[in-house]
Amino acid sequence: MLCSICQKNEAKVHLTQIVDDKMQKIDLCEECSKAKGVTDPAGFELADLLLGLGAAAEVEPRPTPKPGELACPGCGLSQADFKKSGRFGCPRCYTAFSDGMPAMLKTMHRGIRHTGKVPRAARPRREPADLLKQLNRRLEKAIQTEDFEQAAQLRDQIRALRQPAAGAS
Amino acid sequence: MPGELQSFLSLPAEAARRTGPLDQIVFSSRVRLARNIQGFSFPGWAKKPERVRSLEVIRAAVEQLPALAGGFSETMDSLSALEKQILVERHLISREHAAKSGGSGLVIDRSEGVCVMINEEDHLRMQALRPGFQLAEVWQLIDEIDTALETRLPYAFSPDLGYLTACPTNVGTGIRVSAMLHLPGMVLAELINPTIQSVNKLGLAVRGLYGEGTEALGNIFQVSNQMTLGESEPEIVERLSKVVHQMIEHETNARQKLLEEKPKVLCNHIGRAYGVLANAYSISSKEAMNLLSLVRLAHDLKMFPGVPRALFDELFLVTQPAHLQRAHAGKLGAEERDVRRADLLRDRLRDVPRPVPPQLTPPPTDATKGASEE
Repeated sequence: MLCSICQKNEAKVHLTQIVDDKMQKIDLCEECSKAKGVTDPAGFELADLLLGLGAAAEVEPRPTPKPGELACPGCGLSQADFKKSGRFGCPRCYTAFSDGMPAMLKTMHRGIRHTGKVPRAARPRREPADLLKQLNRRLEKAIQTEDFEQAAQLRDQIRALRQPAAGAS
Repeated sequence: MPGELQSFLSLPAEAARRTGPLDQIVFSSRVRLARNIQGFSFPGWAKKPERVRSLEVIRAAVEQLPALAGGFSETMDSLSALEKQILVERHLISREHAAKSGGSGLVIDRSEGVCVMINEEDHLRMQALRPGFQLAEVWQLIDEIDTALETRLPYAFSPDLGYLTACPTNVGTGIRVSAMLHLPGMVLAELINPTIQSVNKLGLAVRGLYGEGTEALGNIFQVSNQMTLGESEPEIVERLSKVVHQMIEHETNARQKLLEEKPKVLCNHIGRAYGVLANAYSISSKEAMNLLSLVRLAHDLKMFPGVPRALFDELFLVTQPAHLQRAHAGKLGAEERDVRRADLLRDRLRDVPRPVPPQLTPPPTDATKGASEE
């Protein structure tokens, strides 16, 4: 399936959204999805993408927060709402209420930075290069300490990383 | 479509025959991931029309996954209260999800090992469940499903904070790894409370049968991680696995110690449990669970030679309120349920002979004892 925007590359990101009871589907290649900000958690407005700017605003009327109170621009949740329920209103709340976030997360978690799985669409492009550098460093160390079993494993990993790059592009 | 769930779910007898590694002590292993979709408010804050829209989008994407082909997919408002309770008793959905109606849904795979809850507290709560101790396997299973789904739905993800969830206690990996353990030995030996305290100190939670805020009926405990940020998924799985291994060891030791030091006390508990279960004319769900735990322990201690363990596991399931009501095709009052439950237990235990006293000297074929000592 080809990308709906550029009609050139293979579509890898498939989005569906219902707007006013009409289902909208769009298939994007990685480049176009990035260009349109689909992979940016704060910037997702499929309605805008499909129907032109501003369409997303009509999808759901937002409650108006009391004047002077900090509220999320995405969903209208106020700080008081969060204090009451302990739940955020939408993904954008994490940006809206970022003040004091590290202190709160520190009381709940082992760290305050995500170190786990990353969805492919959000992975930085330079990652393979970093990984390669890291593997080479470990290989040098393994050779120094004469851990040849480890060194052989690392060498295979480095080879495997270099090869698909040639086939993919 | 009433009745469809009933024909989809396996019979309790089949469900009870599923086995897995170390399932004498570990009932089941589970990994749950919380995910949300960009552009929609979280289900708890969204108004109903928005929840209905997000449900439609998410459900369509989930149904298309190869892993869920031929599964069961339904909106929560089309399930009866009894059906929802049956799903809770099968550990397929949370009690919170059972309380949902319009704007929420669920998709269960054909093997009943994967269940995706849509619009629970988060847009997606997907879990993989397997019998016995298989934490690494269930993580791999749900990881693959999550990877397949991320190309179809735009996940709310931040490079710093990871997967964004309604409750900040789940942010990051959004993972909850848990094992359901049967620990009658530690309860009888009164070792359970100090163990729970030391497990809590490691940042892990110990909960009852149906998760958060529930009682530890039937000596069944759920151990799970609480922290989701600052550690990778494999690290969390590994940490929990280590603790579960230790608890298996403690439980095994507690049972051995009871056998050696207090055999009469142990046999008294078990004999009385058998006596009540096999002869009562009215029994509550809670009492049945606690006594079934003891006869299951007796089975592990080879006190019911020739009786399949699946019988006891099946009784655990079919004596639960919703399963009992389903078997009798209709709603029953609590008192009537207790009578029916006792009828069922007497009937099913009629041909199970009284427990035989345990052998104190391990049989010569038992090679595990020597191997476990260094």
